[in-house]
Amino acid sequence: MIAEATGLSRDSAGPAPEVNVGSPNTCGRGFVEFVDVEKSYDGRTFAVTRLNLSVARGEFLTLLGPSGSGKTTTLNMLAGFERPTCGVITLEGRSVDRLPPYERNIGMVFQNYALFPHMSVEENVAFPLSVRKTTRADVASRVGRALDMVRLRQFGDRRPAQLSGGQQQRVALARALVFEPSLVLMDEPLGALDKKLREHMQIEIKQLHTMLGVTIVYVTHDQSEALTMSDRVAVFNNGGIAQLGSPDDLYNTPESSFVASFIGENNTLEGKVERVSGKECRVALHGGGSVAALAIGVAEGAACHVAIRPERLKLAPASNGANALAATVEGRIYLGDHQRLLARLESGQVLTVKVGPEATMGNGEPVTVSCAPTDCRAFPADAGTGGSISKTGE
Amino acid sequence: MSALEPTKLDRPRASRNWSAADSGAAKSVAAALRRADLGDRLRSLTLAAPLLVLLALSFGIPLVLLLSRAVYDPTIADALPQTSQALRGWNGTGLPDDAAFLALAADLRSNQAKGTAYELAKSLNARLPGARSQVLKTVRQLEAADRPPLEVMKAVPFWSAPGTWPVIESGTHSVTSFYLLSALDLRWNADGGIERVPPEQAIFVQVFMRTFLVAAAVTLATLVLGFPLAYLIASVPKGLAAILIVAVLLPFWTSILVRTAAWTVLLQKFGLVNDLLLWLGVADDRLDLMYSRIGLIIAMTHIQLPFTLLPIYSVMRTIQPSQMKAAYSLGAKPFTAFRRVYLPQVFPGVMAGCLLTFILCLGYYITPALIGGASDQLISNFIASYVNVELNWEMAAALSFILLVFTLALFGIFARILGLDRLKLV
Repeated sequence: MIAEATGLSRDSAGPAPEVNVGSPNTCGRGFVEFVDVEKSYDGRTFAVTRLNLSVARGEFLTLLGPSGSGKTTTLNMLAGFERPTCGVITLEGRSVDRLPPYERNIGMVFQNYALFPHMSVEENVAFPLSVRKTTRADVASRVGRALDMVRLRQFGDRRPAQLSGGQQQRVALARALVFEPSLVLMDEPLGALDKKLREHMQIEIKQLHTMLGVTIVYVTHDQSEALTMSDRVAVFNNGGIAQLGSPDDLYNTPESSFVASFIGENNTLEGKVERVSGKECRVALHGGGSVAALAIGVAEGAACHVAIRPERLKLAPASNGANALAATVEGRIYLGDHQRLLARLESGQVLTVKVGPEATMGNGEPVTVSCAPTDCRAFPADAGTGGSISKTGE
Repeated sequence: MSALEPTKLDRPRASRNWSAADSGAAKSVAAALRRADLGDRLRSLTLAAPLLVLLALSFGIPLVLLLSRAVYDPTIADALPQTSQALRGWNGTGLPDDAAFLALAADLRSNQAKGTAYELAKSLNARLPGARSQVLKTVRQLEAADRPPLEVMKAVPFWSAPGTWPVIESGTHSVTSFYLLSALDLRWNADGGIERVPPEQAIFVQVFMRTFLVAAAVTLATLVLGFPLAYLIASVPKGLAAILIVAVLLPFWTSILVRTAAWTVLLQKFGLVNDLLLWLGVADDRLDLMYSRIGLIIAMTHIQLPFTLLPIYSVMRTIQPSQMKAAYSLGAKPFTAFRRVYLPQVFPGVMAGCLLTFILCLGYYITPALIGGASDQLISNFIASYVNVELNWEMAAALSFILLVFTLALFGIFARILGLDRLKLV
């Protein structure tokens, strides 16, 4: 609809962007490839270690992670602002190691917008065209189309300082897209906006992505943003990728305690693996009680974390092999469409349970919390818990 | 309904169908607000009052009084009351009638009696070179009283020379354009028009030109040296930047006299700079750096560097690194990015630094006096000389006035080009 009107779309009738979920490390096949890339600033510690990543053409890939996890360094290496200490980055099969940023033809959107304050909105958007020696008439029509695309045509004469944060970011988007780069990088572009505007802009960026078919590599530390917008998400931790997958993969089958607690909300119970049998294991919780859980790389006798989503917990007696834990209600948080119940186990650990809006139990009331073993995931306690953000009480 | 409802305070005229009581209440609220505002403003003005009074007493009033001497000089009119009277009917061409000669003689004698003859001679001399000795000679002859005054006056050829009486006549008016014209190497000719003074008497236009040229050269030199340094300081890590800033400011904290004296040590014929140049083989012979234009510009550049650098640095510091990154990512090569993104943003700082240095250079006095040669003296040296040596405050005031006008005009042009609000002086 808007795509045809603006004419900015490339191959809008062409094949849908292939989403390369299954085989992330197929060398030489991806649109962008990181092969064994490492980056160190001081020669001792690594900001990025052993990075192998493949981005498919037309994909929306998000690099998600806490600050200092290496995601921005990765983006800067791709943009050309940093050079990898070792390893190779290829763009469309070509190594870009010796290519300066201004020859990479990559659009970039910055967290602080980085609009040029001395130029009007139109001049800002025209900048990438004018440095490419585009003819004057061509510049005018393309700038007009780009501003139409972000619905800012009528603000062309204004200075960036006269626009709101959301409008400024839309100008930055138009400027990064107007020269039709095949790859657009976004470095926490919505970080400076308030929640409502951020959610609105997420949809807008996603629509632009679908409409134009560009490849987008997006950096954020906001997991809900990553889940909302991405085809695939690479969760970064300590300079490497902790897990790479589609949003529902990451949410439903996290492979480490870090990913489990970083993506969405999770209850974490501490315990010790009693025995492993096939895919499942039995965990003795600290302070009493035991649960059956899926074993994700745990060994018998080792300390482990059991992660359970609040919506997977039920307030019902156990039936056919489900875990059941006795608890007392400690509080109830009303959230409109649902409620969160805080349930204290006998061991002292507190679980968050998602319950319906009609639940009425009061404080101190005894309840039984149950869940299927397949909804519990046991991770080794030592690996990758450093940056974990546990949303539940200790 | 409360009279303090915010919408009414914001838009007292928004609604036309208010009841009389409502509008009366709103009016009184608006009046109360105005009163409160006025009180606030008066209070803040009271806090600033000591400074304003000090400025008025120590700067504003003396400045006006001094500059007014450029156009207001009653010495001759006061000293020659009878002559003033007698010249009232004179048409300004040829010689006046004998009554004027007699009146002048009487005035000269009364000045001699009051002891102000020398003063008068000096004042006339300032406008009419050579008048001093003629006045004193005539006074002596009048004192002798062996001939009638008219005969004495006619016997001194000076009083019958064509240029003399127009000058005396102009001196009898307290308000005069003589000094201002002189400061621009101009004068009234016998026909009542303005003409250039003869080339051998012309001096100030050349001095003004020299002052502007030296100021421009120093400004350019500080910009060429300061811009890369400011860029360096703005781009290195904070700790190193602090050290570099101190290195820039260290000479700044030393007395200008000390620094100038240091340059005389360095620049003299057998000084360090000449030694170094000879040793490096850059120069074949020892250069005359002292008492020369080049030495003056070197020393002034050194002194002015921080003034140009600091405003540039303060603007550069505010430019985020993402600006240049954005320019690169959008396809601008480094030079294009610098020219189209960086330079326009630091331009106000560059202008402010250059303007500051240029205007300060216009008033340089100590450095040209100590390092410049006779032909490198700037306008301030002439002003100082008129104040301290020749005691011709009128001329000093006129030169100062012209300098002030040029400086303000320059500032006006800069402000017009750039907008005063964009001129980032700090």
